[in-house]
Amino acid sequence: MTEPMISMNQIEKSYQMGENMVHALDHVSLTINDGDFLSIVGPSGSGKSTLMHMMGCLDKPDSGEYVLGGSHIDRLKDRDLAVIRNQKIGFIFQNFNLLGKLTAVENVELPLLYRGIKAKERRARALVCLEQVGLRERAGHLPSQLSGGQQQRVAIARALSGEPQILLADEPTGALDSRTSGEIMDLLTALNEKGRTIILITHDLHVARKARRTVSIRDGRLWEGEHI
Amino acid sequence: MNLMTSIIMAFRNIRANKTRAFLTMLGIIIGVSSVIALLAIGQGSSKSVANSVNSLGTNLITVNITNTDTHFTMDKLNQVGKVYGVKSVAPVLSGRDTVANGSTSSQVSVTGTTSAYMGIRQLTVADGRFISSFDENNRTKNVVLGSDTATTLFGTQSPVNKSILINGERFNVIGVMNSKGGSMGQNSDDAVYLPFSTAQRLLKTTYITQFYAQADNQGDVNWAVNGISRLLSETYSSTDDYSVVNQQDVMQALSSVTGTMTMLLAGIAGISLLVGGIGIMNIMLVSVTERTREIGIRKAIGAKNRDILLQFLIESAVLSMLGGALGVALGILAAQIYAAATGGLAVYSISVMAFAFLFSAAVGIIFGVFPAYKASRLSPIEALRTE
Ligand SMILES: Nc1ncnc2c1ncn2[C@@H]1O[C@H](COP(=O)(O)OP(=O)(O)OP(=O)(O)O)[C@@H](O)[C@H]1O
Ligand SMILES: [Mg+2]
Repeated sequence: MTEPMISMNQIEKSYQMGENMVHALDHVSLTINDGDFLSIVGPSGSGKSTLMHMMGCLDKPDSGEYVLGGSHIDRLKDRDLAVIRNQKIGFIFQNFNLLGKLTAVENVELPLLYRGIKAKERRARALVCLEQVGLRERAGHLPSQLSGGQQQRVAIARALSGEPQILLADEPTGALDSRTSGEIMDLLTALNEKGRTIILITHDLHVARKARRTVSIRDGRLWEGEHI
Repeated sequence: MNLMTSIIMAFRNIRANKTRAFLTMLGIIIGVSSVIALLAIGQGSSKSVANSVNSLGTNLITVNITNTDTHFTMDKLNQVGKVYGVKSVAPVLSGRDTVANGSTSSQVSVTGTTSAYMGIRQLTVADGRFISSFDENNRTKNVVLGSDTATTLFGTQSPVNKSILINGERFNVIGVMNSKGGSMGQNSDDAVYLPFSTAQRLLKTTYITQFYAQADNQGDVNWAVNGISRLLSETYSSTDDYSVVNQQDVMQALSSVTGTMTMLLAGIAGISLLVGGIGIMNIMLVSVTERTREIGIRKAIGAKNRDILLQFLIESAVLSMLGGALGVALGILAAQIYAAATGGLAVYSISVMAFAFLFSAAVGIIFGVFPAYKASRLSPIEALRTE
């Protein structure tokens, strides 16, 4: 049997809010295989983003075990987490999170930059990624010169440029109209068909149903399937 | 992430915020440019002072007799001439008087002295000859003109063998000196020279109040000064009755003054650069806060703490180096303008410029460390949460 891509076991994360504790993640266990397309649904404040940050190695759990691609994340240092983020994970955010002072292609180059790849190769690989999302001719534009849908496509190209095994998308269509979000979802579906593991956080059940598997989260607890 | 990319990125950030970058650098610019300008002007003026002192004559010793009761005579002066280390001596008796050629007249310095004066003061003859011992012994009414006096009284004509009036008395011009320029309040061009004995009679004195001595060489200056002092102490009981000033002492005093000035300037510069550094730190801290989200994004994408630290450190180093370079340029410009406006001298030293530049770079790096460290320690999720 092949090892799962992501294996979370009894993950806990809580925040102290004045007097009371908020259990953002309450003993969450989840296994995701290589090539899966998983959607995570849940109401606002249920812990979706917290879970994604955990999966994306941006944060460490208070307790529990997290193994990603064979590495025990809960035991790694910040420095090694940065390397894992850089090599294994591509983030896509609701508000795109492009760097406003950099052009589209420079934004796409960033993961390669932190990997120490030479400028020429960086540029070439970034352009290929922009081509994939259909924005090759917008390479020199600043994010402010692009529409929301185009910015999100640049963000997807950036997530792809480091050729990570996993794409983590936190409400990638949340800021887009239905037609544009359809295009973005088609792009993600196509990427999954090419073998990428995709984890998608969303409010929108229509969007969630594009995924092959859905889990629900409420008050930090996780259930298999749609429970909204 | 490689260094070159970081530097390019830093320049891009600076360009995107030109006004702010300029204000950030202002402290450094002012600090560096004031050091460069003040030191250039300071070194220029001390150099021109040194030039003046040297132009008075090398290995020069000036003796003033202030006691008017016990007269210093020519005999005693001849004894001074025999002191070990003394090459030659020349008495001087000077005042200001009106000299005239026909209707043209001028107020000039009238100096009575002997033939040795020319060598001691390093003057050279342009036309005719200088005062000789014959003139001295016979109290001739011969006179030698400084170059300015000659031009004033005679224009382009040669004054030699013509006559002038000094205070109404007629003198025969025997020579004209080459121009030497003014130095330290004495202008040897705007002067006339008479035999010492003639001047004594003209001014109705019989004794010597001032004379110059020249040492054989630089190493003998102290011997000569000591010998002269010993000789004078035989005549005068109190050291207040005379002064023996050696030109090297004057030079040393001047250079210690410039040394002190340089230290003071360096101190002021240090303080202003420190203030500039605090300015950089302040702006960098603001910039870290403003760019919290950017830091979060970079970290999510795989930037290590070290990458973020380096990015901000390079940015403050680039800012301060740019400020340092602009400061050097501005300092040179200011000194140049000063020199042009006052006719003074501005002396630039590469080492001062290099030091000021490197110091400002160091200030930028040192004061950039704290903001950069702060940036590098930001938690990526906290950073991503801020809008
Ligand atoms: N840094 C924090 N400090 C305190 N509480 C936090 C922090 N981060 C998250 N929380 C809390 O944890 C819970 C889960 O937050 P999370 O952002 O994961 O929700 P979400 O499901 O992504 O919501 P949304 O759909 O609105 O984005 C919330 O109650 C939130 O207030
Ligand atoms: Mg969220």
